[in-house]
Formats: sequence, C-alpha cells, structure tokens
Amino acid sequence: MATRTQQPRAEAKTALDLYHTMFLIRRFEEKCAEMYGRAKIGGFLHLYIGEEAVAAGTFSQLRPEDYIVTHYREHGHALARGIDPKRVMAELFGRATGTSKGKGGSMHIFDVEKGFLGGYAIVGGMMPVAAGLGFASKYLNEKRVALCIFGDGAVNEGAFHESFNLASLWKLPVVFLLENNGYGMGTRVERVHAGLEMAHLADAFAIPSEVVDGMDAVAVREAAGRAIEYARSGKGPFFLEAICYRFRGHSMADPVNYRKKEEEEAWRRRDPIPKLRHELLEQGSVREAELTALEAEVEQEVEEAAAFAEESPEPPPEALYQDVYAE
Amino acid sequence: MPQSTYREALRQTLREALQGDERVFLMGEDIGAYGGSYAVTKGLMEEFGEKRVRDAPIAEEAIVGCCIGAAMGGLRPIVELMTINFSLLASDQIINIAAKVRYMSGGQVSLPLIIRTVSGGGNQLAATHSQSFEGFYAHIPGLKVVTPATPYDARGLLRTALTEQDPVLFVEHSLLYGSKGEVPAEPYSVPFGQAVVRRSGKDVTLVTYLRMVSVTLQAAEQLAQEGIEAEVIDLRSLRPLDMPMVLASLRKTHRGIVIEEDWKFGGFGGEVASSMMAEAFDDLDGPVLRVAGEDVPMPYNKGLEQAAIPDAARIIKAVKAVL
Repeated sequence: MATRTQQPRAEAKTALDLYHTMFLIRRFEEKCAEMYGRAKIGGFLHLYIGEEAVAAGTFSQLRPEDYIVTHYREHGHALARGIDPKRVMAELFGRATGTSKGKGGSMHIFDVEKGFLGGYAIVGGMMPVAAGLGFASKYLNEKRVALCIFGDGAVNEGAFHESFNLASLWKLPVVFLLENNGYGMGTRVERVHAGLEMAHLADAFAIPSEVVDGMDAVAVREAAGRAIEYARSGKGPFFLEAICYRFRGHSMADPVNYRKKEEEEAWRRRDPIPKLRHELLEQGSVREAELTALEAEVEQEVEEAAAFAEESPEPPPEALYQDVYAE
Repeated sequence: MPQSTYREALRQTLREALQGDERVFLMGEDIGAYGGSYAVTKGLMEEFGEKRVRDAPIAEEAIVGCCIGAAMGGLRPIVELMTINFSLLASDQIINIAAKVRYMSGGQVSLPLIIRTVSGGGNQLAATHSQSFEGFYAHIPGLKVVTPATPYDARGLLRTALTEQDPVLFVEHSLLYGSKGEVPAEPYSVPFGQAVVRRSGKDVTLVTYLRMVSVTLQAAEQLAQEGIEAEVIDLRSLRPLDMPMVLASLRKTHRGIVIEEDWKFGGFGGEVASSMMAEAFDDLDGPVLRVAGEDVPMPYNKGLEQAAIPDAARIIKAVKAVL
C-alpha cells in the first residue's frame, strides 16, 4: 500500500478510539455468529460486520444527551453508544440481565439512560419516532439531536418521505443517517429504487445532504460532525448517506445467493478495520504493541460478555405479563 | 348542575390540559386554523398558539409516530386522528410501536400518549368513513381504549387519560358531539375499567357502549311499557374492561345481550359475550345474544345505511328472543 500523507487525518486519540469501537463491534458480532450457531441466540440475527466505520464515526460525534433510534442491525450502534457488551449479549441470549430483560431481543435494544430508544424491526417504522424526538427537543428548548438510522430498503417506505417532510417543515433537529449497503435483504437497490441517487431524496424536502464513504471511519466522523452540528444549530434536519457493505448475509439465515464473490472480495479489500489499523501505524500515532494490547483487551471483554450472558438467569414466568402496561 | 355538550366538555378539558401543563400539546389535521373537523378544538389555536396546537400535514403515520417520539422525549401529546378510518394509515405506529415499546424495552419506556379519534357511522359518509375500529384496537395488548357516551364521561375519561403512562385510544362518536348532559363544575375524573349502570332493571342485562347506549336506552323505555325491565350497562372502557360489573348484573337478571355498532363477525361484542357465558354460566337462563352492525361495507343510501346499524327495534327483538 502507498504511504499515506504526512498529516494524520484525525488526532491520535480520536483515531484510536474509532479503531477500538470498530474492533469491539467486529469481535462482538463474530462472537454472536458463534453463539447463534450454538443455539444460544435465537430468532433473527443481523450482523453489522463490514459496516463498523459508520457506527464508530457517527457515534463519536454524539453528545450524551442525544437520542438514537435505529433499525434491527443495531448491535454495532448499541456498542458504539457505550452500552455494556455484557448486557447486550445477555439480551441476545434472552436473559433477565439483558437490556430489555430478555423481552426484546436482537432487534429491540433499548437503553433510556443513554438515549438509545430502540431497536425497531419494521423497516422505516421508526423514522417518524425520530422526528418526534427531535420535536420534543425543540419544543423543550433542549439542544439534543435525534439520530435516525435506517437502511437503503427504508427509502421506499411511505414513512421515510412523511418523516422527511415533517422534519423539514418544522425544522426538527434530526440527523437521518442512511446506511446504504447496496442491498435490501436480497435485493440490489437498483432493482427497487427509481430516480436519482438516494441523497437526492432529500432535495424534494429542502433538506441538505452529503454522501460519505462508509468504509472510512475518519471520513464518517467528519461528515457526521457536520451533519450533527447542522441539526443541533436549529437549521433543520440533515441527511447523511454512508455507502458501505455488509460482509455477511442479511441475517444468519441468509444463504447469500444474490451476490457475486468478486463483489464481496472487492469490498473486503476495503475493510475499515485493517484500513485504519494500517493508517494508525503508518502515521506513527500508535505502536504495534499498543494495538495488540487493545485488541487483546477487546477479545477478553467479548469473552466475558458471552460468559456473563451464559451464566445469567432466564426471566421468571411472571415476566410474561410484566411491562405490558405501567401498573 | 351545569349542562354541557359532549363537544364543549372535550374542548374545556383540552383547554385545561393545555393551561395546566406546558408539556401538553395537540397535533392533528385541521385542528388549528380550521378549528377541527368536528369543532372540538375550535378556538384553541387562537388561544394557545401554533406551538401548542399544531396543524399537521395529511400524514397519519408520521403524525402519530411523531407524537410517539414526542412522548418518549418528555412531552404529553394529544394527537387527533380525524376519524378512526384514517387510523389504518397509522396502524403500524399504533400497534407495532406505541403498544409495544414498554414491553420491548423491558419496562424502560413510558408512553403518555393520547390518540383522540371519531368512530361510527350514520351520516351517509359511505364505506370508508363510517367504520368502528375501537374493538379492533382493544384487541391489542399494550393499548388502552375508552369510549365515552356522555359529556360527563368525555370529560372524566379524558382527565384520567391525561394521567396515564400508557397509550390511550380515546374514541368519540360523530353523532354524540351535540348531545347534552350534566357536567359538574368541580374537578372529577372517571377511572378506566369502570362501567356504569345507565338504567336499572331485573329482567335482562344489556351491555353496550358509545352511541348504542342511547339507542339501547330507547329500546329499554319501549320494553318498560310492556313490563320488561332492562338493565343497561355502558362499558365506557373497552380495555381495561369491567367484566365484574357485567357479571354482577347477570347474577340479578340471568339474561344478557351485547349491543355494538361495529360489525358482528369477530367483533368486540364476541369477547364480552363469551366472557359472560364462561364466567356467569350458572347464573344464565339462556344464551347471551348479540346485536351488532350488519357484516357489510357501509352503503351510502340512507335506507340501506339505517338497515346496517342497530336500532331500538332490533334490540327489542333480541330481548324478546332471550326472555
């Protein structure tokens, strides 16, 4: 690989944090795949492998008081937000120590203290909710931003357009983050989306937009910073499209018959994690020993998360009827 | 005691809610500048401004979803769906998000959301503007559904709804807005899950709600002239449901009929009737019958429409069949 420019693109500590987040997500997701294979995790499992740069870059720019609403490929978002991997893994195992006491599962991670308000399984369904969180922030004169994360499949749902319209009309502090990985489940975007490139969908609602390389954590961080600052300033929503790729199937149940190996290999060569690792070393921001130590820590953390989940109790029978209503 | 219309009782309660709590706001189609399609919110935008009384685009999914998010973000939204027919466009938000976020989050998320809407037919508005979906929504765990039939209950149930931490579907009826009734000046509220006996009787228990309450009372008046004393119970609340009151009545009358405007097949009345039979079997002297809307899309023609909606004659016929 050619030598990069002399100037680091990000401060050493920041870049290292991005690397740490991505590496944690990657190892966590690999552990999930293993646990799913051993029937410790049930239902649907949608892995974020390959897309880590989007979560790491975006979430590095959020404030603690900001809100997040996302889709079902969300473990990376939860970890990037700082939710304890033990509690996330326990939720995937369905245990009482999970983020939703085992009642939500992989697609419904919630952590109200961290502003992580789900985890939704209906494509596009959460987008109006994100507008509402932005609405509340503006109504109460808070300076929170609502980050709304969705995939390329969602842009064809009515809720997408309705939410964009509402957010723009009322100048709501929402960042609409599109994780465009080129496929809605097994369907390439060109087969289902008419018209111009997706970022242009924002034009109809007078929402500014940007497209960013979703395989580059530093680039995502910079673009997300602009988007979040714009929304927080009160000027209205911002649409950020991150072009990325998931290395695995839609879910663990997906045999991936609809993609060519050459395409997958081409994207794997753009894996954001070795890319940033190489950049960090090339720029002298960090030494190999530090990276190895960090990686070992993460491996340990992920092992402990799995062990914690395994040792955690199942929810009791009475949990079935708890939390249907407030009383 | 002062009198008020159903419409005025609602408006006054909304006004007090807006006055009393900065977090309360209204959102809906044509509720502000137009004053509300049934004039419930008339004058409120002028009084409280556009921030608190918010006209929304015709986008039910986004409107309800926005209010769900607003409730999560610390506000107390009262969203209006112009009619319950239009709720179908927001059904994913209502059923898959509002009803379920508390459960899916393991109890972390509360949702103090009120969805006001209008049910029923009888105005020749034809098939897609005359439906009664309150029973359908009462089927969904996580929602609460209330159905005030009087101005007193409209105000009382809305005051209770404002204290709830769960999503409430507050179902009004278009033909009730002009109806008058006693509404005390002092503050009061009507709890959810508490039915009320509108008319005492010993011969048959007639269970109903919304506009069918007044139709059933008419039938009861006519039956009284023949010496048949019907006990009329107004459910007021579909979920939670006051079965104990219904069962207590059956212990006295030994016969029951459930009356509703909604379609008969698979309707909410089936739930009530089956519970009556299962839980009061030993008290019953005959099967629990049902009177309900005809299982057809609502026709425009006046005569056909009247034939589709239960009237006093059909209720009387059912009472005689069960005695």
